[in-house]
This record gives sequence, C-alpha cells and structure tokens, in this order.
Amino acid sequence: MARRWTNTLTPADVTPEAAFWNRRQIIAGIAGMGLASLSGAGQAQAAEGELEPNSWEDVTTYCNFYEFGTGKGDPAAYAGRMTTSPWSVKIDGLVDKPGDYDFQQILGEMTIEERIYRFRCVEAWSMVVPWNGFELADLLNMAGVQEGAKYVAFETLYRPEEMPGTAYRVLDWPYREGLRLDEAMHPLTLMATGIFGKPLPNQNGAPLRLVVPWKYGFKSIKSIVRITLTDKEPPTSWNMANAREYGFYSNVNPNVDHPRWSQATERRIGGGLFARRQPTLMFNGYEEDVASLYDGMDLTKQF
Amino acid sequence: MERVNQTLRWVPVWSLYLLGLLPLPWLFYLGLTGALGPEPVKALEHEYGELALKLLVLVLAVTPLRRFLGLNLMKFRRALGVICFTYVLAHLLVWLVLDVQIPSQILADIVKRPYITVGMVAFVLMVPLAVTSNNGSVRRLGPRWRKLHRLTYPIAVLGALHYLLLIKGFQLEPLTYLAVILLLLVLRLPIIQDQTAVRARE
Repeated sequence: MARRWTNTLTPADVTPEAAFWNRRQIIAGIAGMGLASLSGAGQAQAAEGELEPNSWEDVTTYCNFYEFGTGKGDPAAYAGRMTTSPWSVKIDGLVDKPGDYDFQQILGEMTIEERIYRFRCVEAWSMVVPWNGFELADLLNMAGVQEGAKYVAFETLYRPEEMPGTAYRVLDWPYREGLRLDEAMHPLTLMATGIFGKPLPNQNGAPLRLVVPWKYGFKSIKSIVRITLTDKEPPTSWNMANAREYGFYSNVNPNVDHPRWSQATERRIGGGLFARRQPTLMFNGYEEDVASLYDGMDLTKQF
Repeated sequence: MERVNQTLRWVPVWSLYLLGLLPLPWLFYLGLTGALGPEPVKALEHEYGELALKLLVLVLAVTPLRRFLGLNLMKFRRALGVICFTYVLAHLLVWLVLDVQIPSQILADIVKRPYITVGMVAFVLMVPLAVTSNNGSVRRLGPRWRKLHRLTYPIAVLGALHYLLLIKGFQLEPLTYLAVILLLLVLRLPIIQDQTAVRARE
C-alpha cells in the first residue's frame, strides 16, 4: 500500500528553536533536489515549499482542548496542571501484544521525523504546524494488528482533578476518536510527540497525540492513553454529541458545509485583523495522497 | 437606597456614553496590536457581541431593579440601549468586513445558518429602536414609543439564542445569558407584579 517517508531524523537531530528556521531552509533545498529524481515520490511534500509554519506562539496559544475549557486560551492557561510523566498507553483489542506501553519505551522503538502539515479546524481556521513524531503504522505494527481488525479507537486522558473543563458535560468524557484501519496505516498519519523540535506542550496534547492532516482537527485526538483495535466503527465524541454536524470521517471538504457555517474558505491564523480568507483545499491539500482511500464512497453522505 | 439614587442624580448621562463606548476603539486597538491573541478577528467579534449582550441584560434589569430594590437607573436606560446598539453594529461590521468578506456568502449565510438568521432578525428589530432613541421621536410617538420599545424583549431572547446556537457542544455561558434574560422577562409578568404590589401594601 503505502510508500514510506524516508526522513530519518532522531531525537539527536532536534535543533534549538533559534536555529530552526535556518535548518528548515537547508532541508527544503536538499529535499527539493532529492525528490526531483524520485518520480511520484514527492506528492505529499510537493506543496511543502509553500507551507510557511505558524509561529510557536500561534500554535501553542490558540488551541481547542475542551478538557481544559472551551475558550481558545484556556488550554494554554490550565493544561500545565496535567501530569504527563510517567505516561503509558494501553494498546488492546485485536492485537498480538496487548498491554500498557510506557511512553519512553515507545519512543525508544520509534524513529522521530519532522513533518510540516496543514492543520484545518472544523471551525474554519487553519494553521501550518511543524510536527515531530512517528508514523502510527509503526506503533500498530509493533503491537501486531490481527486479521479481523478494521478500525482503531483512541481515548484521551480523563483526569478531572487536573482538567477543570471536565467539570462541565461539554462532551461525554473521556474524549474518543477513531479511524478506519487503512486511514490509520496511511503514511501521512502521524503520532506527534513534539512541535518545532521540542516536546509537545501540554495544551497541544502532550505527550502523544494523533495528527491526521486531511481531516478536521478534532480527529487528531490529544494526550492519548488508549488505542484499541476493533472490528466495528468506534463511537467518537463529536459524532456522539451531534451526528448531523460531525461525521465519523470528517475529511476536510470545501464542498460539504458544516450545517452552521460554510467550509469553502478558511481563515489562516496569524494573519492579523485584515487577513484575507483562503479557499479550503479538498482533503486539506492531501487529495493526491488520500483520495483513493474513499473510492466509491459518497462523501456528502459519509462526511 | 435613597442616598444612592440621590448620588446618581448628579451623574451626567454623557459620562455613561463616554465610559460605555471607550471599550469599542480600545478593543479594536488591542486586536490591531496582537493583544487579543493569534486570531484577532474572531476575538473582536466575540468581545463586541458579548458586550452587546451584557448591555441588553442591563437594559432589561433597569425596571426590576427599581421595582424590587428601589434602585432608580431609569435616567440611564436609553443611553445603555444606544451603547448596546453601537456594539451590535460593531459586531456585525466585524463579521461582514473582516470575517466573512465575501458578499455572496453573507447572503447565503443569513438564509442558511439559523444562528445568523436569528442574529440578523435581532439586529433588524433593533434598528427602529435606535432610530427612535431621540427626544423628538419620544414626543412624536407618544404612548406608541413605549409599545415600540417593548421589542427589546424579543431582541434580548434572540440575542441569547444567537449565542447559544453558534457554540459547539454543551456550554454554560450562553445558557446563563438565556436564563438571566428569561428571568428578567418573567419578573415583568403581571402575576409577579401583582403579588409584589400586594406585599407592598401589606
């Protein structure tokens, strides 16, 4: 199925933020040369040249993480209370090696790469984020996916004493998300452990979050404590709260409006008071990579 | 309470206009300089909208405050209403000019999106109130002026509903506004008024 990314950055390559921009330019140059010789291998990165990441400040202060409150500034203000070490992830269901995996142990097994992805929120704003992380496929292969598995279910930490937002039933806690197995195994699907070469700040979903760049941001579940392989489509939080507005797939699609607002355009965060709206791209710009996953599906019905 | 009312008599109405309208340019300035966070358009839109809703609550509170606590703010009510309309107008302009930007989408939004429909209806209902908020209109309209300005009641409910419809998930804040506004309206029901009148006589 999926071709692999060949980037082999490790934690040893992590660069101080001051040097980050300089290094970005060098890498972009090398990547450009390398990919030109590999026909067809550069689709995911093809648009990368135009992707200018948002600032650290934008990415870490404008967040949705309802466990800490519904305001955009709430996660940055309150997520500091969340204990992220020690951290373990329960992997269970249809896997060969179920169990509680220590986060550090997972990190030791994985190769951390840098991925610069578009990030499109269902609320019609967007950012560009330089993530660090590893492919979810690698983690699932480590646990050994069994034959009958068709879906992957995820759960966020639920710890009311550290999460003031959970005092209100904004959603049915713990937060749940899910992917079809082929979506989960796609090489674009990332388990992020950092941004800008630094560990993930708590408000961005420390220590381990999902990033599915062609879907609306809420699919990219934060602070994961459980991953379950299953043969049934798992219930997901926003779909449970309002199925008419939030489908299981939630692929970025400018042609399918949210019932309460248009998805045709988006506002890029960080542009200031007078920034123009931008047209939203099908599958958030990753159409060539992922459209085939949905062959034969009516995306206006299975949205 | 009599002393408070005495003191308030010395407060000129223009000072309320000055104080009440100050946040308008100040918030815009904060948005311009990045002090409203990475997404100043939405922040400004929300700030103006929420201020308008707070002012609506104040306008509705004037009568019950006088009836139940003896606090007389009647002199300031019209100013509160006009300031409220100014923030609604600012809220609408931010949405039109800075947020949506595309005229064809604005029309589609008004028709298709219930929370925008509700908000626009509230705004349209406010226009005649704003236009007749001068002394000349009060004189010309006579008793009809009071009747016309009862539109404030549905406007307030629509305003709270507009907020409730636009948020994601189950949130406390818009529900609080709706509850407070409904309470302030219930206090105007004849039954409650009659009972307090009886109690006052006893």
